[in-house]
Amino acid sequence: MRRAYFKSSWVAAALLAPQLLIIFVFFYWPSAQALYWAFTLEQPWGGGNTWVGFDNFAKTLSDPYYWSSVQVSMVYALATTALAMVMAMTLAVFVDRQLAGYKAYRVALIWPYAIAAPAVGLAFRFVFSPNAGILSYLNTVVPGMWDPTQFGWQAVLTIVIAGAWKHVAYSFIFFLAALQSIPRSLIEAAAMDGARPLRRMFDLQLPLLTPTIFFLIVINITDSFTDSFGIVDTLTGGGPFRATDLMVYKIYSDGFRSFDYSGAAAQSIILMLLVMALTFVQFRYVEKRVHYT
Amino acid sequence: MIERTPILNISTHVILAVGLLLILFPIWIAFVAATHDLAAVNSAPVELWPGDQLWINLTTAWQLSDFGPKFVNTLIVAIGVVIGKVTLACITAFSLVFFNYRGRMLIFWLIFITLMLPLEVRIVPTYAVAANALSPFQMLLDVTGLAWLVATLSGIQISLEWNLLNSYTGLILPLVATATGTFLYRQFFLTIPDELVEAAQMDGAGPLRFLWDTLIPLSKTNIAALATIMFVYAWNQYLWPLLIITDRATYGMVVVQLSDLVPDALTTGGGTPTWHYAMAATLAVMIPPIIIVIFMQRWFVRGLINTDK
Repeated sequence: MRRAYFKSSWVAAALLAPQLLIIFVFFYWPSAQALYWAFTLEQPWGGGNTWVGFDNFAKTLSDPYYWSSVQVSMVYALATTALAMVMAMTLAVFVDRQLAGYKAYRVALIWPYAIAAPAVGLAFRFVFSPNAGILSYLNTVVPGMWDPTQFGWQAVLTIVIAGAWKHVAYSFIFFLAALQSIPRSLIEAAAMDGARPLRRMFDLQLPLLTPTIFFLIVINITDSFTDSFGIVDTLTGGGPFRATDLMVYKIYSDGFRSFDYSGAAAQSIILMLLVMALTFVQFRYVEKRVHYT
Repeated sequence: MIERTPILNISTHVILAVGLLLILFPIWIAFVAATHDLAAVNSAPVELWPGDQLWINLTTAWQLSDFGPKFVNTLIVAIGVVIGKVTLACITAFSLVFFNYRGRMLIFWLIFITLMLPLEVRIVPTYAVAANALSPFQMLLDVTGLAWLVATLSGIQISLEWNLLNSYTGLILPLVATATGTFLYRQFFLTIPDELVEAAQMDGAGPLRFLWDTLIPLSKTNIAALATIMFVYAWNQYLWPLLIITDRATYGMVVVQLSDLVPDALTTGGGTPTWHYAMAATLAVMIPPIIIVIFMQRWFVRGLINTDK
């Protein structure tokens, strides 16, 4: 515990004030506003909002489009997380063997983190475009076989690949840092006991990575709910026929294109609760359950 | 450690090379597309080797998207967000760690909880606040009856108005609150020994002098780490500028321009998609943050790991 403190309380307050003002105006107030809108309905001819209780939620939850949006968001979240983490972990484990040239690999695998989501979306839109992309030759064999603007499952596949691709770098950084924090002596002891490199990977390094794996699962899923907007907007625009209309994208299009503030607010509250639950799991469960240090 | 594992070593190189290819391949395809002309880029087997049109495509895409002022805007916003975040994180954490007052933990949690409220989930009401950033205070005055009191006593109608749409302030201000940065600084400040504080006090230094002369020089690595992450974060903002900037000619940001380059029926009018320009613009937009990350790699990785962001 700290014993030495400064005393002037007005300085302390003045230093806190800017951040508190900003989070009040741009975080807490809008969240409260979303809560208010979610339980009220704006009158068409003005006159303020009327209280409608859980009507907006009932309407949202009985909307089949909403459920298909939830479904594709879950598919997207799980598929991108699994793909990105398996790839990142494999690469990190092998980079950690520190053979010649591993530093070059490290740099080459980190920089995709810096690319903006809409840029990733646009690049993959070209890569998977039916007329010009890498799969266009499929269409020269069987015309109309590959077209993400026509077939929903192909559009979902493209956003999953783009999303996973974007997340590999992030997970890789964490896996590599975790691997490098494993004490050298532990690995040397295992080697003296006759454990070959592959055995050490499976029996020593991977189990020691468990806390990182849990942490990254939660972070990647949370990110896939919020960070996916840019990818979807430039890659598919939510189409074809709402096949890639992820939850965050639906909030945006309902709120700003259909001007259904109450419906968008109800969806925001549901997504907020989801993100909160995940963050809570991360702090409570993951931190306590899996800890080796 | 000396071990002879020739087969495993070869497999390691093969696995890493395949992984690297998978990561680089999409960007390579995009780069190659940016080096060809309209006919070549739309031919069915995708081009795998660069052509000679890169410079022409880049300059055309640059003019089409009016990138000049937009790069300046993006740079202004990114630097503004970096300075704002680093400053706010530093002074908030300083107040939380080096002063003793009640409710410090509460305030820390108030800031920390904002992690659970990402912009994307509160986007509609945040936009409403940006249209008048003082509306929360107006509402408080109205609800508590203070506005009525002032109006009846002095005859002055209080109406607070501060529109942030189409302004640099609107682009920067909502992004500068930072839970992760505050957390990073707090962790660092907690490691500062009491003796340092006592020594400063004995020398007659006040809190601000201590912050400026002692803590800030000590936290240079922190600043570098935070600044790198936040620069990338600010440069890549998309949804927020897309919404609040309608006057793109004056306040547009580069990443938002990409949404206009999507070659679908809307932008090409049914013509041949101009992928070569779209990909050249994509390259131009992604290069500055990549350069920052590569050059600041050490600090960047450290910052990421320490903030868990």
